[in-house]
Amino acid sequence: MTPATDMVDAAAATARAPSLPLVPSQRSPDAPAAAVPTSGNFGRHLRHVLAENPVTLGALLVFIGLVAIGILGASIAPFDPLASNTQDALQAPSRHHWFGTDQLGRDILSRVLVAVRLDLAMALGAVALSFLVGSVAGSCAAFFQGWTERIVGRVVDTIMAFPLFVLAMAIVAALGNNVSNIVYATAIINVPFYARLARSEITVLRESGMVEAARLSGNSRWSILFRHLYPNILPAMVVQISLNMGWAMLNAAGLSFIGLGVRPPTAEWGIMVSDGANFIVSGEWWIALFPGFALMSAVLCFNLLGDGLRDIVDPRRRT
Amino acid sequence: MSAAAAVPPMPAPAPVLEVASLSIDFRTREGTVRALENVSLRMGAGEFVGVVGESGSGKSVMAYAITGLLDRAGRVTQGRALFGGRDLLALSERARRASRGRDIAMIFQSPRTSLNPIRTVGNQLADVLRRRHGLDRRAARERSLSLLTQVRITDPEKRLDAYPFAMSGGMCQRVLIALALACEPTVLIADEPTTGLDVTTQASIMELLKDLARRRGMAVLFITHDLTLAAECCDRIVVMHAGHVVEEAPTAVLFRRPRHPYTARLIAAVPARAARLTDLAAIPGSLPDLRGALPPCRYSQRCERAQEACERGPLPIVDIGPGHRVACCNPLEARA
Amino acid sequence: MIEGRTLRLIAGRFAASLPSLLGVVVITFFLMRALPGDPAAFFAGPAATPEAVEQVRHQLGLDRSLPTQLTIYLRDLARGDLGKSITTGQPVRAELWNRLPASLELTLSGLFLAALIGLPLGVLAATRPGSVFDHASRLLSTAGVSLPTFFTGLVLIYVFYFKLGWAPAPMGRLDSFTDPPRAVTGFLLIDSLLAGSPALFWAALKQLALPATTLALFAMAPLARMTRAAMLAVLSSDYIRAARAAGLGRFQVLVVYGFRNALLPVLTTLGMVFSFLLGANVLVEKVFAWPGLGSFALEALLSSDYAPVQGFVLVMGTVYVLLNLFIDVLYGLVDPRAKVAR
Repeated sequence: MTPATDMVDAAAATARAPSLPLVPSQRSPDAPAAAVPTSGNFGRHLRHVLAENPVTLGALLVFIGLVAIGILGASIAPFDPLASNTQDALQAPSRHHWFGTDQLGRDILSRVLVAVRLDLAMALGAVALSFLVGSVAGSCAAFFQGWTERIVGRVVDTIMAFPLFVLAMAIVAALGNNVSNIVYATAIINVPFYARLARSEITVLRESGMVEAARLSGNSRWSILFRHLYPNILPAMVVQISLNMGWAMLNAAGLSFIGLGVRPPTAEWGIMVSDGANFIVSGEWWIALFPGFALMSAVLCFNLLGDGLRDIVDPRRRT
Repeated sequence: MSAAAAVPPMPAPAPVLEVASLSIDFRTREGTVRALENVSLRMGAGEFVGVVGESGSGKSVMAYAITGLLDRAGRVTQGRALFGGRDLLALSERARRASRGRDIAMIFQSPRTSLNPIRTVGNQLADVLRRRHGLDRRAARERSLSLLTQVRITDPEKRLDAYPFAMSGGMCQRVLIALALACEPTVLIADEPTTGLDVTTQASIMELLKDLARRRGMAVLFITHDLTLAAECCDRIVVMHAGHVVEEAPTAVLFRRPRHPYTARLIAAVPARAARLTDLAAIPGSLPDLRGALPPCRYSQRCERAQEACERGPLPIVDIGPGHRVACCNPLEARA
Repeated sequence: MIEGRTLRLIAGRFAASLPSLLGVVVITFFLMRALPGDPAAFFAGPAATPEAVEQVRHQLGLDRSLPTQLTIYLRDLARGDLGKSITTGQPVRAELWNRLPASLELTLSGLFLAALIGLPLGVLAATRPGSVFDHASRLLSTAGVSLPTFFTGLVLIYVFYFKLGWAPAPMGRLDSFTDPPRAVTGFLLIDSLLAGSPALFWAALKQLALPATTLALFAMAPLARMTRAAMLAVLSSDYIRAARAAGLGRFQVLVVYGFRNALLPVLTTLGMVFSFLLGANVLVEKVFAWPGLGSFALEALLSSDYAPVQGFVLVMGTVYVLLNLFIDVLYGLVDPRAKVAR
């Protein structure tokens, strides 16, 4: 040993001599860390985050408003959305028609309000479907591995090999030009997001001790997967759903904008913008821009809500 | 070498680096953290000075302040860092950047992440050499080879074209030392350079540092939490606690006659070679919260020798012997 | 300069993308056979006589077993035969080839614009937190992904064409009075310069401005967001600290040590951005009457002319797989840690 080590050892031995009261090694309490809201229940945490994040709160309120409009539907529309009245065609926004009228004299405000239900329903339907199929497929792939994982992986990779909107177009072309196929097409192109997320989350959980513990209590494999593991990935899934809703809505509206699915005279934001596009160059902006703005607001609301949810669930993934 | 029985002479009259009454605050969401208070330190040319203390004692903060790498939230509330007659803390950002590396170089913990992962070792060395000495490619390559040899890296030709991910932690640290040397600094600050390396590598890195310091007459500020390591190589040791310098002495003197209760406890906490886990002598309490109101002596709440004078203040800094200072109201008795 | 490692990288990545290429081809095959009703009738067109339908059925091999059909399909594909468009009577391949430059010019301009604004904005947002750049970047990232592409295009037309009169009418690549330059590359911007006509270049650029901006606005958002996040992560890393401590200059630290490392996650984002762009292409081409692949496929789709749609999906899928391959290889070249073969 070096002379230095000897010196230190000697010094240490002296220092430990009875003149210095020894404290038996117990874990000393950690220095107070930064004040993280570790308050027990979820409700308080939720309120704390919402208070810190007025934007998320605003988005939540808008979302509730949208759902309300969707439920109330035609009952709050000032005019019949399908009633054409060529006398009043192409009127600019006025006190009588807040959003103006289109080329057939239909009140645009009424049509925008009524369209909420259809657009929301299409997006919700697509997302619900892709969430169910994707999360189950991804979970099974990660849990059972082997051929299941290979097949699911291949399918997901194949879907992702296409530019997604183009694939949606092709699917609608193949299955037929109606609204339900728009929902199915949007659902199919969104499956990969859920499948991949479920797969990575379950893979992490699979490595934890939960699986062994559950197996020891005599659970079957399916029961382990869906009663024990699956519920744990739901928070991340909810975030993904919210972030995905906006994108699904854009997709569905995009498909109807190019003329797929929705037929006139149905009130739907995409097709309304498409109608109005012809009139933009002549200056009748209200026909296209009001439904487009409504669409943008709804998508923005979902994106902000998704960001807020992500901050609540896992602030580390904040960008 | 430095563990000799004789008390080393006082540092040269003109210190190469002098920190005078440095105090640093950090603005955080939960309040102002008074990370350093009234810290003073001098280093003479070629001296190997160790700064020892628990995590959170402010050792690294001082180093960052000196090199101007302090976090945005940090503020120097008082004090100076004198180098070559200039106060580094008062310099403009431009002058700071010009002085970094040139006058004072720094090496860090976690050597593998301190190297650019997508740039070859040779390129990184060349970057520094070009910046500092304006060398062209060939001259830079030659000098890089020489530097790598000086830090005792085997097969330096191959290493020049290698990427950091292909090298071990010890080798990365050697490269970082080479990078620091490329600047030819007067002072090298080593912030826990061997933490995380295995014991054998640790020893060889320390050996290298000592050797280089001696040959180049470079002063080294060696920051560590490992008292034994400091004892191996430092001429002098500065003990810090919660942002204060509590004791400063030549190495041998510190170990033979520690005067501050905290220093004594630190020494006592070094495990004896045959000790059992239950024989470990821990230091009671923990670092105080640096945000709230603090007594003049920040160790008083953990100290068994605390008196009324410790709460009242001010904290006296007592000169005990040549190069030996203690910041304590009630220091331990001098033992024979 | 192509060393062994680079070659192995390209070969390895290409091999990895083959399953995707195969998937694209096979899926397109199945999609077009899944048409409701009689696919032969669809490919023959609504005006076809029963004999013509039978002929098409025989031609496409739809009267054979599925595996045989697949073989015929692949054989035709290998010969470059993508079928014939009913409405124009031209081979699909020729039409797609003619229209490809228009779409490419549009997409690439959009991407270029998005990178030109999005990347520096992200860098500035990261180096100057709390500044106007930071807020602009965050606003852009959130709002940008919420903007419906077709809506943005229409707003731009309304503001810049109708209200301000700065932009020309959205009637395609050139206005009706201007003759196109001699086609060398098919890119109007390049061809007009090659023909030595700055006036033509300017005319083409003016028409390109609004549609490219529409695409760019959409692509800018994820690029700015990822650049900002990547730069923030990189700038707080240990090697940046060590580089600054070694006295390297500000530009070198920011660009060579900072940005180049941040580019890696940005490159991976590019793949996703391309997926958006190729899809949004269709929408923008409709809004601006751009004679590209998207509008071609759309017209065909709406008039039940399915061969062009099939060709379009095939081409788009292949282009996307190749683009991803390119990005993969680029990533492998920039990052020495990337494994050569997956």
